Amino acid sequence: MTARAAKAPKTAAGFALLAFTLLWMGFIILLPLVNVLVTAFSQGIKPYLAALDTPDAHAAIWLTLLVSAIAVPLNAVFGICAAWCITRFEFKGKSLLLSILDLPFSISPVISGLVWILLFGAQGWFGFLLRDHDIKIVFALPSLVLATVLVTLPFIARELIPLMEDQGTDEEVAARTLGARGWDIFFRVTLPNIKWALLYGVLLCTARAMGEFGAVSVVSGHIRGLTDTLPLYIEITYNQYDTIGAFAAASILAGLAIVTLVLKTILEWRFAGELAAARRH
Amino acid sequence: MTGQPDTAATEPVIPDHFQAPHPAKGTTRVLPGFKITLGLTLFYLSAIVIIPLIALVARPWEHGWQGFQFVLTDTRVLHALHLSFITALAAAVVNAVAGLAVAWVLTRYNFPGRKLLDALIDLPFALPTAVAGIALSSLYASNGWIGSITEPLGLKIAYTPIGIFLALTFIGLPFVVRSVQPVLAEFEAEVEEAAETLGATDFQTAFRVILPALMPSLVTGFSLALARGVGEYGSVIFIAGNMPYVSEIAPLLIVIKLQEFDYAGAASVGVIMLAMSLAILLVLNITQRFFANVGSAK
Amino acid sequence: MSLIVKNINKTFTNFPALRDVTFEAKSGEFIALLGPSGSGKTTLLRLLAGLDTPNTGEISFEGENYLKLNPRDRRVGMVFQSYALFRHMTVAQNIAFGLNVRPVKERSSKSEIKATVERLLKLIQLEDLGKRYPSQLSGGQRQRVALARALAINPRLLLLDEPFGALDALVRKDLRRWLKRIHHETGVTTIFVTHDQEEALDLADRVVVLKSGKVEQIGTPLDIHSNPKSAFVFDFLGSANKAQGSVKSGVAQFDGFSAPVIGAANDGDYVLRFRPYEAQLSRGGPGLPVTVTAVLPAGSTLRLELTGTDGALFETQHTHGSEAQGFQVGDTLRLKPERVYAYA
Repeated sequence: MTARAAKAPKTAAGFALLAFTLLWMGFIILLPLVNVLVTAFSQGIKPYLAALDTPDAHAAIWLTLLVSAIAVPLNAVFGICAAWCITRFEFKGKSLLLSILDLPFSISPVISGLVWILLFGAQGWFGFLLRDHDIKIVFALPSLVLATVLVTLPFIARELIPLMEDQGTDEEVAARTLGARGWDIFFRVTLPNIKWALLYGVLLCTARAMGEFGAVSVVSGHIRGLTDTLPLYIEITYNQYDTIGAFAAASILAGLAIVTLVLKTILEWRFAGELAAARRH
Repeated sequence: MTGQPDTAATEPVIPDHFQAPHPAKGTTRVLPGFKITLGLTLFYLSAIVIIPLIALVARPWEHGWQGFQFVLTDTRVLHALHLSFITALAAAVVNAVAGLAVAWVLTRYNFPGRKLLDALIDLPFALPTAVAGIALSSLYASNGWIGSITEPLGLKIAYTPIGIFLALTFIGLPFVVRSVQPVLAEFEAEVEEAAETLGATDFQTAFRVILPALMPSLVTGFSLALARGVGEYGSVIFIAGNMPYVSEIAPLLIVIKLQEFDYAGAASVGVIMLAMSLAILLVLNITQRFFANVGSAK
Repeated sequence: MSLIVKNINKTFTNFPALRDVTFEAKSGEFIALLGPSGSGKTTLLRLLAGLDTPNTGEISFEGENYLKLNPRDRRVGMVFQSYALFRHMTVAQNIAFGLNVRPVKERSSKSEIKATVERLLKLIQLEDLGKRYPSQLSGGQRQRVALARALAINPRLLLLDEPFGALDALVRKDLRRWLKRIHHETGVTTIFVTHDQEEALDLADRVVVLKSGKVEQIGTPLDIHSNPKSAFVFDFLGSANKAQGSVKSGVAQFDGFSAPVIGAANDGDYVLRFRPYEAQLSRGGPGLPVTVTAVLPAGSTLRLELTGTDGALFETQHTHGSEAQGFQVGDTLRLKPERVYAYA
């Protein structure tokens, strides 16, 4: 019951398909990436470095890291909790829970930002409360984190659930019968089995968190040096016709994307058996 | 296998006293932590997803049905929604065809650089949308690498719906490829060989045997690309030009209405977009159920 | 001869799968390719179907060079081990597939195809299930659909790869009888692959035994059973008792008794083999001294497990109710083979 092995193309149709794929991938996928890197360095290395060495650029990088450093661990803890209760127990409404879990994948990032304005904006549901107590959520760090958390919420859970479903509960039940307690079971049996999938999920989640644009753009308020993450910084500099500044910042994120792809590919090759089935290439 | 009664006399009969082994999953509550993890999950989902979405759905009605109706009949809104949907649809269709070809080549053919190409498929997932946005915009602008070639030929791409379509094509490709690829990779060689021994040509095998088997995954990829395209913002906003009635997409209208402090208006557009995505996913679900009935389920 | 396979060699990356394989099949003959896994029998079947090409050798069918034809044009009906049914097509559509993909000029009319499908559904006794999908059938039913699909193209040669491999024992036996009937009715030359010696000997007109890609023996079931040509064939066909002994002018010499030898053996020392049902047990007299270690009454024969003085293990089979019924664990007995087989 094996699939047909990949072979060198032989027929004319095969070569045509291969040629089409190479052209299409080059044109649609590769060209934009190359364009970013070439434009960023179009005036040499010095202007490139100078463009990144501004207080605003520093602040944007710092804020991006900060937001991700808060959002990703939150979603990791949530992902483990959700995967545990969904794959280890039977309960009513599980499929509804799964659908809600997937919702952030299917809503526009702009909506993922909008909802926080509707809740915590000046005219939002809780706006008056916040104003009275002088708490800033919108146009400040909390809303950036909330928007990022919403957008990236399913990433880690969605890696863990199919894997833990596959693995079943036998090992954990065995550990239980041998007298292990809850945390022992988790740290000694479950975690070693899911660690690579967890890392994979964290990787995808981090990449998305650092690059998120639409959602944070809505809640940020674009206060330079204060609430601009790196993607927002790109937008501002680009709109100000600071091409080198925009593309230099973009090149950092593009480099990050490449690193993500490399790590992701390594994980898929090296730990194929320990990732969810859909990830084993 | 479905539980159809067996009519043939040659089949073994399961004795009455036979009991299927108890599935491990049924041993509910043997493991600890049900209440705490379920509680945390529900709390987190409520705080991050459910309550915010309720706030979204509840908002448009503050000026009554008429307020919502006003937004719904605003030609600028309608035009933006129409544009978002049509460009996303066109990109999803193109991606369904191109993505199928790419997935086919990546699984069937061995050539130098195959692994690299395979890894590159996920670039649109990994590359922040703003980066893709400025890159595409500068590529297709009149002084860009491609724009400077096409514009003298009379084809203006940047700041037109064609530019939006191209950006959504970039974003959507991995959805189709990654949906189709695993199914194609696991397609049993024996099934193809069976078709061959029965006299089918390569084309007949591809179109009558393999393609129907790929349909469920192809539809999934298409729908995901479409849903994503309808709501896409970052990669589109730079290349779109954002001219009302021409190249203004629906998500941008939300941003504009927020800047005007028209929360209800922004929420109205948001609700319509949310409904569109959910409708796409619903149709997908129904289609998949149809495919499952057709026996693609094992 | 209708099928001629001559000096076939096939090597997969440094692994010789078939080595100088030669055999022939008469028109309408039912041939079994028997061997353990890795013996090359499935590879041979795939060469016949055209799904692989041999490195050297000839395959011809009714005088036509088969190696020059691609699988499409060979008109072989192949039944795959996994059945390889098209899961998005109904049973009827599966059966009709081979007829529907013919070039327009050669294609039968819709009503003819429909009639053929109905005839085949009747043949496989699934008349009412034409509209079902493969996923709604049991394993045995899928197996029959796969066979009907192969028969639909009116094949010149029918190839079956472990046709009953994935089924349980009860279904296998039924299908075996049924397949024999189908073969009788259609009269198509059939080659089938199996690792089950009982299946091969039950079904085939002739059996080709393969070992590590080489033909070990070809013969009728009776021939193979009563005159295995090698130790491998002997061991593969059933359980074997082994004892040291010497052969002198066609007679096996044991300590104190002798037995007739089968197999063209020169004089000398051998590992002598004998079947559990071709040996006598007695409380005294000539024979190998053995101790009863187990009495196994299950099945159609009574089986005894025995241990020799040097620790060697033996097995014997007796009819229920025979004298052997009286033996108990711990008894010391004499084991005397009626006939032994000697292989170099």
